[in-house]
Amino acid sequence: MSSLASPIPPLSSEAPAWQRATEEPAWIRRLLIGIALTFLGLFLVLPLAVVLYGAFEQGLQVWYAAITEPDALAAIRLTLLVVAIVVPLNLAFGVMAAWAIAKFEFRGKSVLITLIDLPFAISPVVVGLIFVILLGSQGWLGPWLAEHDLRIIFAVPGIIIVIAFGTMPFVARELIPLMQQQGKEEEESSLTLGANGWQTFWRVTLPNIKWGVIYGVILCNARAMGEFGAVAIVSGRIRGETNTMPLHIEVLYNEYLFTAAFAVSSLLAGLAIVTIAVKSLVEWRDERQRHQAAA
Amino acid sequence: MTLALRQPSVIPGFGITLGFTLFYLGLILLIPIGAFLLYTAQMSWADFWQAVSHRQVVASYKLSFGASLIAALLNLVFGAIVAWVLVRYRFFGKRVIDALVDLPFAMPTAVAGIALVTLYASTGWVGQYLEILGLRVAYTQLGVVVALTYIGLPFVVRTVQPVLEDLDRELEEASAILGANRLTTLRRVILPALLPALLTGFALAFARALGEYGSVIFIAGNLPFRTEITPLLIVAKAEQYDYPGAAAIGTVMLLAAFVLLLLINALQWWTARHTRR
Repeated sequence: MSSLASPIPPLSSEAPAWQRATEEPAWIRRLLIGIALTFLGLFLVLPLAVVLYGAFEQGLQVWYAAITEPDALAAIRLTLLVVAIVVPLNLAFGVMAAWAIAKFEFRGKSVLITLIDLPFAISPVVVGLIFVILLGSQGWLGPWLAEHDLRIIFAVPGIIIVIAFGTMPFVARELIPLMQQQGKEEEESSLTLGANGWQTFWRVTLPNIKWGVIYGVILCNARAMGEFGAVAIVSGRIRGETNTMPLHIEVLYNEYLFTAAFAVSSLLAGLAIVTIAVKSLVEWRDERQRHQAAA
Repeated sequence: MTLALRQPSVIPGFGITLGFTLFYLGLILLIPIGAFLLYTAQMSWADFWQAVSHRQVVASYKLSFGASLIAALLNLVFGAIVAWVLVRYRFFGKRVIDALVDLPFAMPTAVAGIALVTLYASTGWVGQYLEILGLRVAYTQLGVVVALTYIGLPFVVRTVQPVLEDLDRELEEASAILGANRLTTLRRVILPALLPALLTGFALAFARALGEYGSVIFIAGNLPFRTEITPLLIVAKAEQYDYPGAAAIGTVMLLAAFVLLLLINALQWWTARHTRR
């Protein structure tokens, strides 16, 4: 930017009599920055501040008591159990889908990419409904499931399935463009030099996509922990049993236990902040590498 | 068989990776969606029509589509300004603000919902001042717009930002040399180049807003005919075990989502072609 600044420095510190033809006047610049910061302040900073303020308003002890109360602990434990199953599944799916899409040319590839995007477009509420109708007691597989004493809807397996559906694209979406951009020359050389497919993946591909994988996993994890609409339909909201953290927050809020609701929220908000921090870190590393490569 | 479908390559693992991808997509995505559509298809047309055209449901479509449209328009305008400011200007704290734009994407919707209603309630940090101006946000249709603006915020910024970064400054210089003032350059040179990205971001924000549930229900107040969004009606019907009714409305939402996804794909294809030229 500074190298693009005017070749003749303005004579006074006041607004110069002329300006570069591809720049806006200073007052417009300030106005636009002001509008952007006000908008982001109202919609991003204040909601975050209100969560943290609400959580810690009455002191650390109250906050700690709210997140270690038995129902809260049960919700946290259930949420962790769900992500421990969903995230590895969607990681495996994401890596395999990205490998197939980025390393090979085949017919129907763009259809496949659109299908992977599909869960982004579908309302979480509809996702929940789809599985209630398919697997619920009134649903198509309901009688068969009841006969074999399998409970999926209003139980933990249903929660796992809808969250797997909703967070399916995250790792794949992160890795597909990354691996497409990196091409396949490195893998081809590795294979030509005698490495087998596994060795090539672990020693050549994975180091290249490591940060994409990390961000994809963290985003998938954050969204899995925060999934609400779909879980609200399939969980049945059995307190201490099928309430995930977001559902527990809703229960607390509706019972006017605002401090407790914000205390549990602060854990998920903290996770969201970690998620965007990791994303910035990954992008910052990429940018630096590109600068180094260019230099 | 696979050989006919793909070009030959020395890289292994095509069969297993594509096989697993299709298996997983089929099991979790395609079979359930197919079964769901079949379930709705078994309803009689009269039942289906009655479910999707009930007055309360129609009122919810109007709110869901209208509020999503307004929220996406707000995001279009402010998102473009934010992207412009982040790419073109330098100011204190820019890095942090750039990172914060993704927050609605990572923040659980229920957390966003209770945060927004607390903020915009008549006793809240922002709501108390809006109250003086005679504006009520919480438990009104305006509240629905606020929540939908929040969750759609990253989309326009993140689609416009890279296009703006790649935009050739020489075009603007040429325009200026040819005698155009800044406003004319913006209107005739910059905006046309950003148009596909702006529309894509707008469509993404709209699609996301249309199906949103968690962040809206707290601030909306959920009054029938006034502040009930369509996803809320689906939840209400499902909780009353009215599965056919819920499925009928859900099918309408699902079809709207499919149409939007096709539109977004077409827009992204257009954007890619536009930037490559």
